[in-house]
Amino acid sequence: MTDDTMTMPDLGGLSCKEMVELVTDYLEDALPADMRGRFERHLTACDPCVVYIEQMRQTIAALGRLPEESIPPGDLDALREHFRRWRSTPEA
Amino acid sequence: MLSPRTPPGVTTESGLPPFAVAPTTIQTDDDAELLSALKQRDERAFVALVERYQRPLLRLALVYCRSLAIAEEIVQDTWLGMIQGIDRFEGRASLKTWLFQILVNRARTRAEREGRDVSFSSLAEGAEAPGEPAVPPERFRPIDDKWPNNWALPPHSWGESADAGLLAGETMDLVKRAIAQLPSAQQQVITLRDIEGWPAEDVCNVLMISETNQRVLLHRARSRVRGALEGHFNDG
Repeated sequence: MTDDTMTMPDLGGLSCKEMVELVTDYLEDALPADMRGRFERHLTACDPCVVYIEQMRQTIAALGRLPEESIPPGDLDALREHFRRWRSTPEA
Repeated sequence: MLSPRTPPGVTTESGLPPFAVAPTTIQTDDDAELLSALKQRDERAFVALVERYQRPLLRLALVYCRSLAIAEEIVQDTWLGMIQGIDRFEGRASLKTWLFQILVNRARTRAEREGRDVSFSSLAEGAEAPGEPAVPPERFRPIDDKWPNNWALPPHSWGESADAGLLAGETMDLVKRAIAQLPSAQQQVITLRDIEGWPAEDVCNVLMISETNQRVLLHRARSRVRGALEGHFNDG
């Protein structure tokens, strides 16, 4: 929406500033139906907001692919010992 | 239990209980099966649970305390708490939810003792607090503009290379750093939702927050991480 000579398209009555605060509710499918309709009308008319939502999706995808190698697997032997000790004690 | 042919308490063709002849590992996706095996003191069920949840538990513990040694202690303590409580666990929540609740309780107690605020109620961290906007306000047009509050400095697509770029080691490090800088409540939510991939309902149950609160915290956290990635891709 950067061309000042254009007439105002139908942005669903939502500004881009409002859109970026609604994006999580939209992706979580938590918007009421009427608001969802307005949100989608805005997207139809506003390319930068489409880019913004795409970036949010890419962010979520990146978070889901964070590698685990930095997390140590834990001391299984020590835990097994605890388990055996617990198993050998009579039930409370 | 472990396979349909050797349910708990049923002897096998050899006349030995299944525990004596079964393999040393269990392949099942079903926590309920593991729970029932665990209640019968099946060590393989315990090991399977440890293998399944040790890393996610540790990842969450590290949100509460930055020291790996302390986080490992909390996780160890969580496993002990689980086996000691297993006979009283009635299965109203899922085993996973219960296990992580044990961890969260222990981790919060420990963090509070060490003077770190990890609560959801303080003004600085709660969803009720007026949050930082998802995007800095100066990126939108002023209110007296012809297009008020619409983009002045719109985001630029990260392009087709972004999917590869998002996987690069340096990008992953950037994401980790961005998460580490979030307020604790946001870290707790984004870790479980987006890193571990949990459904919202499970996150609410484990962290004992409302769905709305969960969503607000998730929104702030995701917005901050997106902002960090944008800076990275637009500079690079």
